[in-house]
Formats: sequence, C-alpha cells, structure tokens
Amino acid sequence: MNDLPWLDITIFIPLGGAILLGAVPKDRVGALRTGALIVAVAAFAASLGILAGFEVGEAGFQLGSSLSWISEWGIGYTTGVDGVSLWIIMLTTFLMPLAVLASWSVDKQLKPYFIFLLSLETGMLGVFSALDLFLFYVFWEAVLVPMYFLIGLWGYGRRVYAATKFFLYTLAGSLFLLLAILYLYFAAPGEPTFDYRSLLGTELAFGTQVLLFLGFFASFAVKIPLVPLHTWLPDAHTEAPTAGSVMLAAVLLKMGAYGLIRFGIPLFPDAAQALAPLIITLAVIGIVYGALIAIVQRDIKRLVAYSSVAHLGFVVLGLFVGTIQGMSGGILQMLNHGLSTGALFLLVGVLYDRRHTRLIADFGGLAKSMPVYAGVFLLVALSSLGLPGLNGFVGEFLVLLGTYETYAWWVIPATFGIVLAAIYLLWAYQRVFHGDITNEANRGLSDFNVREYAMILPVVALIVFIGVYPKPFLDRIEPSAQKLVSQLNDSSVLPEGSGVAEAP
Amino acid sequence: MNLAQEFSQPEVQLGGIAPELLLVGVALIILVVDASFGRGDNRWYLAGLSALGLAGAAALAIMTWGDNELQLSNMIAADGLAAFSKVSLAAFGLLTVLLGRDYLARDKIEESEFYALVLFAVAGMMLMTAAADLIVMFLALETFSVSLYVLVAFRRASLASHESAMKYFLLGAFSSAFFLLGIALTYGAIGSTNLYGGADPVAEPGIANFITGTPTDDLSLLIVATGFLVIGLGFKIAAVPFHMWTPDAYQGAPSPITGFMAAGTKFAAFAALLRLFDASLFPLRSEWRPLLIVLAVATMIAGSVLAIVQEDLKRLLAYSSIAHAGFVLTGVIAANDRGVSGALFYLATYGVAVLGAFAVISLVAGRDEERVLLADHRGLFYEHPLLTTALTLFLLSLAGVPVTSGFVGKLVVFGAAVEAGYTWVVVVGVLTSAIAAFFYLKVMATMFLQERDPDAPALPVGRLASGVVAVAAVATIGFGLAWSPLINAAESATIFFQSPQEQSAPIPPGG
Repeated sequence: MNDLPWLDITIFIPLGGAILLGAVPKDRVGALRTGALIVAVAAFAASLGILAGFEVGEAGFQLGSSLSWISEWGIGYTTGVDGVSLWIIMLTTFLMPLAVLASWSVDKQLKPYFIFLLSLETGMLGVFSALDLFLFYVFWEAVLVPMYFLIGLWGYGRRVYAATKFFLYTLAGSLFLLLAILYLYFAAPGEPTFDYRSLLGTELAFGTQVLLFLGFFASFAVKIPLVPLHTWLPDAHTEAPTAGSVMLAAVLLKMGAYGLIRFGIPLFPDAAQALAPLIITLAVIGIVYGALIAIVQRDIKRLVAYSSVAHLGFVVLGLFVGTIQGMSGGILQMLNHGLSTGALFLLVGVLYDRRHTRLIADFGGLAKSMPVYAGVFLLVALSSLGLPGLNGFVGEFLVLLGTYETYAWWVIPATFGIVLAAIYLLWAYQRVFHGDITNEANRGLSDFNVREYAMILPVVALIVFIGVYPKPFLDRIEPSAQKLVSQLNDSSVLPEGSGVAEAP
Repeated sequence: MNLAQEFSQPEVQLGGIAPELLLVGVALIILVVDASFGRGDNRWYLAGLSALGLAGAAALAIMTWGDNELQLSNMIAADGLAAFSKVSLAAFGLLTVLLGRDYLARDKIEESEFYALVLFAVAGMMLMTAAADLIVMFLALETFSVSLYVLVAFRRASLASHESAMKYFLLGAFSSAFFLLGIALTYGAIGSTNLYGGADPVAEPGIANFITGTPTDDLSLLIVATGFLVIGLGFKIAAVPFHMWTPDAYQGAPSPITGFMAAGTKFAAFAALLRLFDASLFPLRSEWRPLLIVLAVATMIAGSVLAIVQEDLKRLLAYSSIAHAGFVLTGVIAANDRGVSGALFYLATYGVAVLGAFAVISLVAGRDEERVLLADHRGLFYEHPLLTTALTLFLLSLAGVPVTSGFVGKLVVFGAAVEAGYTWVVVVGVLTSAIAAFFYLKVMATMFLQERDPDAPALPVGRLASGVVAVAAVATIGFGLAWSPLINAAESATIFFQSPQEQSAPIPPGG
C-alpha cells in the first residue's frame, strides 16, 4: 500500500476533481455538491495513506517524490512530509469535506465556487509539501487566486474591498519572497538549484542572511499575520463565505508560520536567532492586542478573526523561543487553532444561514431555541481559550512552558492573553446564548440538521481527543521539532546532512 | 509553400533577409490580387494569403537557425537573435491578421491594405532585428513605423483613430530625427555606421571593432551618439520619458493593431537594443548602464503608477506596456546570457499575452469600439465566462502570477539582473510589480465582482477571433508550466559577436 506516492496523490486529487467538476452542467446543483464532497473525501482518504505510511521518530522528510521539472534551471517537482507538515496536511484534507458541507447555502455560481475551493486545496497541500523553493513559490501564489475569487465573488458586504486587500497584501509580501529566493539561488555555490535540501547550509554572510530572512519574513509575516501586518485579516475573514473563512483561518494562516519553520529558520539560522527577540516581541504584542481588540467586536466573525491574531501570536512565540517544548507546542498549536477556529467559523456560518446577521446584539437567549448548538459552541469556545482537557490547552501550555525557559518575562503578558481570551469568548457566549430571547426572530430557530451534525461532530471529536491524548500527535512532531531547535540554537554548526533523509 | 522555395533558392547571402523579402512579395501580391479580382463581400483569401506568407517567413527564419554570420557586406546579421525574433514576429503577425479579419469584417472596413501593411510592418520589424548596420536599422524602423502610422488610422470613420495616428506620427518623426542624429554622430566618431565591422578594423570599421581597438578616452563622441540612439529606440519600446505617445496611440488604434504594436514594435526595438548594447557596445557597458538603469527605473515606476488611474482599458494596458518595457530593460542592463535569453523569452510571451488581451478587448468593444472603458467590462464573466477567463489569464500573466508565462519571464529577467549584481534595480521591479498587480486586479474585480450592465448589447464573437484568444491562452499557460522549450530556444538564440576579445556571446560581467 505504501508503494503509492500518497502525498502526491493527495495533492492532486482536488485539482483533478475540480477539472472534472468543470464538465458538470452548471445547473445540476445536486451533482455539483455531491461531486465536490466526493472529491474532498477522496483527498482525505488518500491523506490517510500519508498518515499510515509516516514513520514515527524520523526527523527527516518522508513519502516524497522527486521529479525533474525544468532541469536547466535546477527546478524539480520535489515533495516530502515531516513532523512539521504532517498534521497541517491532515488538517487541510480533514477540514475540506466539512468546508464543502458548509457550502450548501451558497446559492450562486456553484460550479466555479467548488472549482475554486478544490483548486485552493491543491495549492495549500502543495505549499505544505513542496521541498523545492520554486515549486513552493508556485503553490504559494496559486493559493492566492482561488481565495481572491472565493472572497470577492461569494463573500458578504464589502467583499470586493476585502478581496483586493487580501490579494495585494499577500502579493506584495510574496514578491519579496521571490526576490530572496532568486538571490539565494544565485548565491548558493555549485550546481544552480532550487532544491531546499541542497540549499540548506548555504554559507552566507550575516548581513546577507538577515536581508534574505527579512525577504522571507515579509511574505510569511503578512500571512501569519503578525501585528502590524494583520489589517487585511479581519476584513478577509469577515467578508469571506463560511468555507473561505474556515480555510483562511485554519489553513492559510498556517502557511506563514509553516514557511518560517520550514524555510526561514533552517535556511537562515543566524538571522533567525538574531531577530528572535524582535519577532517574539511582535508575537506577544499580537497576543495581547488581538485579544483586546476581540473583546470590543460587535460582529461574531470579526471577533473570531481577531482571536486568530492572538492565537497565531502564540504559535510564533513558540517557534522562536528556541526550546523543544516551544517548537512542538507551536506546531501543535497550529493544528489546534485550525480545528477550534475552523469550528468556530463553521458554527458562525450555521447561525448566519438561519438569521443572516452576525451581530452579537441581534442574538440573545439562543440556548433556549438551539440547545445542542449552544453546547457545541461552548465546547469549541472553551477549546479556543485553552481549557485543560481540550486541545487548545496542550499547545498553549507547551508554548508557555518553552517560553519560560528562555524568555521568562514574556510569559506574563502571554498568559494575560489567555485570560483575555476567556473574557472575549465567554462574554460573547453569554450575550449570544444566555438570558431571555429578546429578539422574536430568534425564537423559532432550528437546531443542527443532519448535514450540520456531519460537519461539526468530527471536529468536536478531534478537539476532545487531542485534549485528552495528544501523544500520537506530539510523537510525530517532536523529532522534527528537535532538529529545528538545534538548528536555531546551534546555528553556526549546521546539523549533518541538513535533514536530508530519503523516503523509505 | 512554393513561394518559400522561390526565395530560399537564391544565393546563400540572401538567407538572412529571405523572410523579409517573402513578406514584401506577398504583400505586393495581396495588393495586386485585390485590385484585379474585384470586390467580393467575403475576401477570405486576403487573410489566407497573409497567413501563408507569415508561415512561410517563419519557416525561412527557422531554416537560418544555427547560422552565425554577417551577410550583405556586413549589413545583415544572420544569427540566433534574428531567427528567434523573426519566428516570434511572424507569430505575432499571424495572430494579428487572423484577429484583424474578424475585426474588419465586423466593422465592415476590410481592405487589402490592412493585410499588406501588416506584412510590411512585420517585414520591417524582422529587418530591425537582423540589422547589423545603423542605416539598415533606420530603414527597418521607418518601414514598420510608416506602416503602423497608417494602420493606427485604419478606422477611417473614427476621429479618435485619426488623432492617435497624428500624435503617433509627429512624435515618431521626432524620435526618428534623434535616431538619425545618433547615426550621424556615430559616423563622425568611427567613420562607419556598422555595428560590428569587418575582419580588418581599418578597411571595414564598425562600432564593435572600433571600441576594442581604441583607448577609452577617445570614445566620448561615440557615447554621445549612443545617447541619441537610445532616444530613438527608447521611443519605440515606450520607455519613460519617451512614452508620451503610447497611451494616445494605443487608445485610438484598432484593437488588433494596438496588440500588434505592443507585441511587435516592442520586440523589434528591444532586439535592436539587445544587439546594440549587449553585443556591439558590450565593452562600454560601464558607460551605458547608468543611462539604461535610470530609464528602466523611471519606466517601471511611471508605467505602474500611471496605469492605476486609467479608466479606459486600452490606455490602462498602454501604461502597463510601458511598465513592461522597464521590466525587460532590467534584462538588457544585466548584459549577460541570461539577460538576453530572458529578455527574448519575456518579449515573446508578453507579446502573445498582450495580443490575446487586445483580442478580447476588441471583441468586448463591439462595433466601432464603443465599449472599451473599464466600466463596460462590468460583470462580463456572467455573459462570456470563457472570454473573461482568458482575459483573466492574460492579466495574471502580465501581473506575473505563477503558472503563467509572464511569471517565468519576470523570473528570468529579474534573475539575470540579480546575477549581474543589480539587485536594487530588481527591488524596484518587484515593488512596481506589486503596484501593477493592483490595476490588473481592478480589471479582474470589475469583470467578476460587479453586476453586468443590463443595457450592454450582445457581442458577436467570430470564430477566428476566439481561435486567436484560445491559442494565446494555451500559449500563456503552456509556457508558464513547461517553459523549457522556449527558454532553450531563447538561450540558443545568441547574438552574433565579432571582436578579437569576445568570441562568444557576452559572458556574465560579474558586477
């Protein structure tokens, strides 16, 4: 079974499915929905092949393939998966069927909608699997176009503004990424290549390293997003359709953090170490600032969007404090944030489908009309604010533990951020679900239907599972995290082989 | 194809200009055929003859592939640069003719002169890329310029078309004068107008062998002459500050001709620039580089910024074409192998994308080009999903988004400049690309995200025109995915180089 290149199959199933969907007549709504769902489930099934074939305890890349694409330039189709990318890939394929289920309420231009959604998945999976800088950049940009259309065509309210802002912010950042990649390409000695593993360990002067790191960082920091480059995020998250918001929050934001882990830190370890205090400062500012702004939001979706800024601050904090706990926690927190924030957006989407509003003030007492919904929302909110026993706790706790070893003082404001998270989530919960039904429109709301159960229960199950038993997840993350930390702390001496491990 | 044989038979020395001769011949035949065979309603044979002629010219150009010599008393270079350029130009001409056929038939202004003039223009552009003497270069420049002046005014009923042609003509004549002055000064400096010179520098002087045989302090007059030549060529590539004509000429010209100008004129003038600077004047690169860098930076910034405020799609693409001239200039500045091949690749793929874009615009514009404003493209996607998708693809390519040929073009020219040590110029290029992305995005947003104007008339979409759009779209995405064949061809398209020190194409100067 493991002879098949599951990783590559997983990457291209959605794109192939999108092309096939192109052949379905556009008024066959049922066929389009079912088709998209089948494709998304098929990609998830294929990704289980990755999980099954993944060797625990191995720090290098696995299950990849390497084909020559444009050999004159040293460009290859090179993919692989390690502990950093494994769970994000799984998260992507896991969430996509749910996002398709959340798209039942899309009522216009269904065909291009699903085509964009599925090609988006291929782009995202490619980003997390590419081990060739050129290929990585292609996938990185390929994510941009479908997302732009998803927000711009099927979004709400100020969707054109939000889509344009999203596109321009990301493109401006990624052009610096391209420039830095080009510079690295020409600076590396020997046969010119874009292959990540060959470029690892390229000797660069410290000043050059810093400049190139900043080039990569410009692109990744926009995507994460780090304060003060976050202003595109509330607009894009709020105006995107539910599936778009889920994918943005759960997966697209991880692209930035992933880029830092995969490329920023290992390629330019000296620069990463030198700039770590600055980045940690930005991350902590993001934690507190995102939480404070979230408290005063009147729109639930915007509240969740700002909470992402805070949560991603935790991720970045963990990545740069230079301890194994921090790194593992940061990587796990990427998965956790994807699950809990993805679930929150799914839930807000359910509410919006019923009431066509997202303003907190329009609700109140919903626990009476939608008891199951209210219960699930509470569980997900608690997971998002890091209640012990649920997934968010494990990641945040590891990050704080790791931070305490090296940057002890920063733990104080970061912990304060968790307290603030409790405030904004629970206060919003109280206003939406408790009390009496003040608005008559909320009285007859129906609870989950079957499709919505199918959409939300898998996430809830995972949230509880990771919270209770995170070991299988951490076991696969830790070897890679360990390697990364040694690269960050021990930057003058590059590890032998630089992580080159062939697939078994 | 018997026409092709007729012209490939004469002595080898004509091989270098056989495509041009064929095209001029076919153009004359078209004029005679049309004059003799009456005035039928459906004169498909005119377009057919033109297409055959262009295909034949491309075949003749391919037959010279691999040649690397000077012909006709060192007047003509038969080298890779010329062959690559001629094939590309023939392709541009072919797309223009096919698109023009539908366009002219729709507006009921089909005349044989259109085809003949396009062929003359292509012949002039081809000669421009092969010219190894400034006089030939000037001759070629005037040949295609004069043809284009007429073609721009081809919509006789339209005042805008006339106005554009007049502006284009006046400014074009002005720039030709500068170019001539540059030629005269060159002659004064070196006693010849040849770019290379013969084997014996005394008997057959030329720019290249003059430079290698002269101490640098005697070159001041030649450097001044170079400055004037840059003005003449800078006008044709639409580099700032010689770009003033571009928006006006692009706006009023028939859309197929606008696309042809953007693709062909730029290609021909850049081929001449590449030959002049990266071959003949290569040893003087430290002298001309600052000049071209200033031009490139100004062009990239002005083109991208001014495009943002345009409401007319043709004007918008005119400013975008100015910005693209700046991007290609970074490849010329690099003056290394990668720069030359990158510029050629860029020009070839840019030409196809921009021709495709103007093909869509000409379709959307409708009869007499009444709907060319950005606002006329509102919600186009809901009426013509395929056309809109194609235009989006071209715009993404112009913006340089991966998986399109435009991205690869940017990658190679920017890469060449980074390799040559001009990273800061590339930083400007990257920043202006980001600015440029904004207005391409604006067009896309208009087509996809806004509601269609209910009063918009239905568009007749001809089969030839949609074929042109399809071919351009396939090429744009094809060369974006698998660019090896084209980049290999561009890399083997070396410029003829003849001087004692520099035997082969320019080597990377290393800063």
